[in-house]
Amino acid sequence: MDLPTFLIQLLNAVQYGLLLFLVASGLTLIFGIMGIINLAHGSFYMIGAYLAWSLSGQLGNFWVAIALGIVLTVLLGMLLEWLLIKRLYQRDHLYQVLLTYGLILIFEELRSIIWGDDVHGVPIPDVLSASIPLTDTLAYPVYRLWMSGVCVVLAVMMYWLIQHTRLGMMIRAGASNRDMTQSLGINIQLLYRLVFALGVALAAFAGMIAAPVSSVFPGMGGQVLIICFVVVVIGGIGSVKGALVAALLIGLVDTFGKVLEIEIGGFRVLPELAGMSVYLLMAMVLLWRPEGLFGKRL
Amino acid sequence: MGGGRVTIAAMILCLLALAVLPFFADKFTVQLVTKIMIMAIFAMSLDLLVGYTGLVSLGHAAFFGISGYILALSTPQYQAANFWVSLPLAMAGAGVLALVIGCLVLRVTGVYFIMVTLAFAQMLHYLFHDTGIAGGSDGMYIYLRPDASILGWRPFDLEKFGDFYFVVLALFIAVFLFLRVVLRSLFGQVISGVHVNEARMRSLGFPTFRYKLASFVLAGMLAGMAGYLSAVQFGVVNPDMLGWHLSGSVLMMVILGGMGSLVGPIVGAFAMILLELGLQSLTKHWQLPMGLAIVLVALLLPRGLIGLASLRSRSKEAADA
Repeated sequence: MDLPTFLIQLLNAVQYGLLLFLVASGLTLIFGIMGIINLAHGSFYMIGAYLAWSLSGQLGNFWVAIALGIVLTVLLGMLLEWLLIKRLYQRDHLYQVLLTYGLILIFEELRSIIWGDDVHGVPIPDVLSASIPLTDTLAYPVYRLWMSGVCVVLAVMMYWLIQHTRLGMMIRAGASNRDMTQSLGINIQLLYRLVFALGVALAAFAGMIAAPVSSVFPGMGGQVLIICFVVVVIGGIGSVKGALVAALLIGLVDTFGKVLEIEIGGFRVLPELAGMSVYLLMAMVLLWRPEGLFGKRL
Repeated sequence: MGGGRVTIAAMILCLLALAVLPFFADKFTVQLVTKIMIMAIFAMSLDLLVGYTGLVSLGHAAFFGISGYILALSTPQYQAANFWVSLPLAMAGAGVLALVIGCLVLRVTGVYFIMVTLAFAQMLHYLFHDTGIAGGSDGMYIYLRPDASILGWRPFDLEKFGDFYFVVLALFIAVFLFLRVVLRSLFGQVISGVHVNEARMRSLGFPTFRYKLASFVLAGMLAGMAGYLSAVQFGVVNPDMLGWHLSGSVLMMVILGGMGSLVGPIVGAFAMILLELGLQSLTKHWQLPMGLAIVLVALLLPRGLIGLASLRSRSKEAADA
């Protein structure tokens, strides 16, 4: 592999990892703070992508579509928390799995009713449609660089929100002791609703900005959900920092697993087994540190 | 205490109905009930984990699927496999897989366990989906169903749907009785103890990891039996047999019926598959009402349909008294 190709793959890996981080951070926040395991998290990613496709098609402007999409998904998140999720806080994980699995079926079918079962593409907005030439034949699209940049900005904002604002302080207090926080006069219900809506919006936003580079298709939610579970398990549940490190690690393993060619004893190990590589990484982490890289000791 | 006798009487009646069904019902119904009994075996095996050992696995389809694949790959191209060899082989394969995965996943508990079992099952899904093994994403056909000859004598013919029905019924009853015995043994007591309070069982001197692993392997082997039978019934295996949608729906069967009892998963398998069929005949978008039903069960029926029945009998007892 020559240097420009390597550079392109490296950029792709980082971009994929950062995108995974956006989705996984919502998953890990919702679990870490509210104690809810949310299988429907991948569906929000899918909903985001479909919203980007249908709104930008109807409004003719990608940016307006994204802004509107964020508002809609925040409202969706608050509605779901108010209607269903808040009834699960005191229940066993089993019922959380059950209810959110039911939500997946509902969202998949609603998607099929509203938007159909076809695969769609979203055009890259004109402002970002250029490419940066690396060699005579290779170039890197600006849009992907922009995606990585946005993800980094959001990661920094999330860090600042949780560690350095009053709201973040309340969220952290609520995560460590719900009852105590409530008795100090903080509206924990509202706080949880906000956290859930934030998680939903993060996943949906990831879906929206990913729509122009990966096509919009049924089943995209399930795929991303399972990879995000792997991210959360590797990083440690509830740890946003862990999610960032694990997501980047998975981005690297997955991307380079698909482009490297390794043969052992006449059998092509890579890229044939690339789909399994991230799970093998997870197995290794489980053997070494079952609680994840940044998780609390079990 | 009349409740126990009523339950046993009801169970014997249901068994009798199942035993005479092929003499009255058409081919479609017989094959449908065969499929339901296979799924009931699968659901019972998962209940051993979820309801009794307290391990919520969302990757149980891995063991179901792998033994289907073992049958497909071990069947010679133009010949039938031998039933008496291939079934134990497939179950043993599922057991070995459960041993390997179990050693990894049992290192974690609770919500980690749910995610990790899901992830490992998905890894296998990708193994069969992405590589050329056994036809990739299209799957693989089993043209000839396993042959049940022992030294020239053939007790039943799996190509006949009626014979297959009785084989599945026999295995279904055998698994039920086997699990009943296992759960009443010391082993069953220990895994129930692990469910309630693992630390206490450990301080009583039980090597709880080994017990949990044994339970995981046993559940994997029984799931393997179900997967083998399913592959025989449909004559095809594909990566969906290992996928998480199957793991999810079998978990639904266990919870819908009522976990922590053996009758619960059976009721759940019947209810879920019949509901699915009913909804499919009503609308193309059957997953919508199905999802709503699951959400409602999660919110309103924490003990499943079985819990509903015992609730009624208890309120009746209270009224009688």
